[in-house]
Amino acid sequence: MLPAEHDDPFAQFKATFFEECSELLADMEQYLADMESGAFENETLHAIFRAVHSIKAGAGAFSFSRLVEFSHKFEYLLDELREGKLEVSPELVETLFRGFDVLSDLIGFAQNGEIAEDTYGQDALERIEGYLAGNGAEVGVSEPTPEAVSASNGNDNSTPSDKNETSGTHFRIEFTPREAMYRHANEPLLIIRELKELGRTETVVDTSRLPSLQAMEPEDAYLSWVFDLWTEYKREDVDEVFEFVIDDCDLTIVTLDQSNEVVSVDVSPGAPKSEDDGFGFFVDDEAMKEGAVSAAIAEAVKNTVESSVENTGAQPTASAAASKSPVSVTAKAPVKTDAAVPVKAPASGGLKAASIRVEVDRVDRLVNMVGELVITQSMLAQEVENGEGGATDRVASGMDELSMHIRELQENVMSIRMQPVKSVFSRMPRIVRDVSKKLNKKVKLVTVGEDTEVDKTVIEELADPLTHMIRNSLDHGLETPEERAEAGKAEEGIIRLSAEHRGGRIVIEIIDDGRGINREKVLSLAKEKGVVAEDAQLTENEIDNLIFAPGFSTAEEVTDLSGRGVGMDVVRRNIQSLGGRVSVQSFPGRGTRFQLTLPLTLAVLDGMIVGVADQKFVIPINSIIETVRPPKKDVERMVDGSSVIRIRGEYISVLPVSRIFGLDGGEQDPSQGLVILAETEGGRVVGLLVDELAGQQQVVIKSLETNYRAVEGVASATILGDGSVCLILDIDGLTAMQVPEEKEAAPLTISDAQNGNHSANVAAE
Amino acid sequence: MSKKILAVDDSKTMRDMVSFTLKGAGYDVLVADDGVNALSALVGEEVDLIITDVNMPNMNGIELVQKLRGDPRFRATPILILTTESDDSLKQQGRAAGATGWIVKPFVPEKLLKVVGKVCA
Repeated sequence: MLPAEHDDPFAQFKATFFEECSELLADMEQYLADMESGAFENETLHAIFRAVHSIKAGAGAFSFSRLVEFSHKFEYLLDELREGKLEVSPELVETLFRGFDVLSDLIGFAQNGEIAEDTYGQDALERIEGYLAGNGAEVGVSEPTPEAVSASNGNDNSTPSDKNETSGTHFRIEFTPREAMYRHANEPLLIIRELKELGRTETVVDTSRLPSLQAMEPEDAYLSWVFDLWTEYKREDVDEVFEFVIDDCDLTIVTLDQSNEVVSVDVSPGAPKSEDDGFGFFVDDEAMKEGAVSAAIAEAVKNTVESSVENTGAQPTASAAASKSPVSVTAKAPVKTDAAVPVKAPASGGLKAASIRVEVDRVDRLVNMVGELVITQSMLAQEVENGEGGATDRVASGMDELSMHIRELQENVMSIRMQPVKSVFSRMPRIVRDVSKKLNKKVKLVTVGEDTEVDKTVIEELADPLTHMIRNSLDHGLETPEERAEAGKAEEGIIRLSAEHRGGRIVIEIIDDGRGINREKVLSLAKEKGVVAEDAQLTENEIDNLIFAPGFSTAEEVTDLSGRGVGMDVVRRNIQSLGGRVSVQSFPGRGTRFQLTLPLTLAVLDGMIVGVADQKFVIPINSIIETVRPPKKDVERMVDGSSVIRIRGEYISVLPVSRIFGLDGGEQDPSQGLVILAETEGGRVVGLLVDELAGQQQVVIKSLETNYRAVEGVASATILGDGSVCLILDIDGLTAMQVPEEKEAAPLTISDAQNGNHSANVAAE
Repeated sequence: MSKKILAVDDSKTMRDMVSFTLKGAGYDVLVADDGVNALSALVGEEVDLIITDVNMPNMNGIELVQKLRGDPRFRATPILILTTESDDSLKQQGRAAGATGWIVKPFVPEKLLKVVGKVCA
């Protein structure tokens, strides 16, 4: 039986196991995709096999019996496949994919501590068994079931009750090693020692076949033993002692009764030897200590061989095994080796690994610590600067150096968390494959820039939005082969998924060569659903981007693809929560381009620090377009009390930050304060009215939600150089807070978005 | 000086479990993730026992055993192969290559230590 969960000595390795599983699954998915495209070699099959094999082994260790059971059969199928006993066919690949799904799910269940329904994955199992049956293979019989595996690996078969059953059995064991035993590096001394652990033993060594030392063949076997063993253990336990050498020796085990009559005989390959055939001697149990045996055997050798062991000591001790005990010298005879060469000092460590695996937690702690260091450093810098008489030259240059090193340290630590987007991209071929099959569309997925790196936390959050967008492209963007043929396009549609770094952010694009967005339909639907006002005048680009509006979906019927009720609005929200933005550009009849930009990391942010009343806030630099001090004539007050400013002929609404947060003394007049034009994720531009700019700096993001609670209009917090906590503004959140007051102004804000885009292009910065 | 064991497995989980168990019992443990890396780990390194998985990329366990037995330095070093089930054909392949014995996965710590004790003094 396996130990219960709480005292499972291996419980601590579960995390490693699941981590490994997810890597194996990712690889596997890639391999399966290769298989499907026909671009696979035999090594691909081996690699898939190994992945399933490793999963099975780990699952066994943690007693995930469903997983063991399934992976066992799956592995068997793969084994047949790699041995060429089965042909790779599209149907088989389909089965492998299904098996892969079930495997992933079972791993998921195991990880979450859920119990899969009994019938779960039954279809896959049946399909797998179908192949095996068709191939004449019987899985269940040839190998132990998981239950059997765990049973046989539980307690050694030596429970006390077992012992009592056969209390005090007397075994006589005749044991004659053959040279093969030494070739397998099995050691008679260890076998003797193990045998001794079973009970009281009396041993007779037969050294009659020992030749003179000169004639001794180093790798021949010359000794044999007869043991009398009185033990409470069963026969199987005795057999187990000889488990590894049974084929490399002559072994006879008989059970004797009180009068030393043979009760049962078991002869192993090879004829039993007569025990009083020549020279031997008796060792009693007490003397059967390792040392005594050594001495006794050494003595025996001395008697047999003309010269003493000591005299020819150089040779025996040169044997690699010699260091273990004198017994091995004699029993084994000196082994021809080069071990006489002085043993080199062991090199420290083992492998020179090109990479190591580190828990994310540890890296996170490191990132945090470096964050604290950055804060401390800027505090120190401020203190030094403000100190009486300012800093001396040496202190100042020291501070500069410190700041440089810390910056470098921070960059390096951040880079540890960076991972290529490959891990997410590699899941997409599968989705394209499955979805296009369901939709009867022909699609080719092209991926570019898979090695582009981005923070691990970003990667993890990317999979869902990407999946959804790809599905969207497949579902709505690409036409059926017939439609494509009619439109004069190749029947096979193309989806291009690419990633690249651009200006400190990662840009991911999903481009399809489908029909593009049906603007007419989108607009009428949006009006129908009240997403935009009936009389709204929208640019083409704005119409395209309406698909991200909450509650908007152009799907005429709910397919099982969008069955989860997730719309593009959720995609946008997810991306935004990562500090990213997403937009779409449509080219009617030619295709659609989704563009997704994300920060490379979620741990630090380049921020503009602004003063409002007596407070400081951080505005993410990447959302700032420009900063203006509008002349009075460009400021107009609206009926609801809010103001708009006119910039290059466009109207932009102004959000007074002080009023939003209820701060007294903040500037209310845009012409007196500073207006920071910031772009929301939706591409809308708003003006944030602040009192002053206090500087620009990279800040370490601290979650407000985990440390305090979520606050509307605030994305997170940071700690400034002077130790004060400073809130990082959430532009979209702020805009949303303002919206209820300005409901009638909705059409205006939409045209603002257009203006915003325009001004973004001509932005001075 | 404590005995030194090289554990070879492409699965990190297995390597960790083997190495944890052995270290807990006072052995020194080196690890490698395939046969090729095992051989390079053994350059200039003496070990008392090698435990190797069979299914590994680059160089599998059987090939590793063959290579080691062909090297005078490791002719007499006990080698255990890790097999997932009591697969006789695998055991036989291992034996033919020169392996000393085998350990069946999954194992409990006591079992692993017992088998190690069987072949490594």
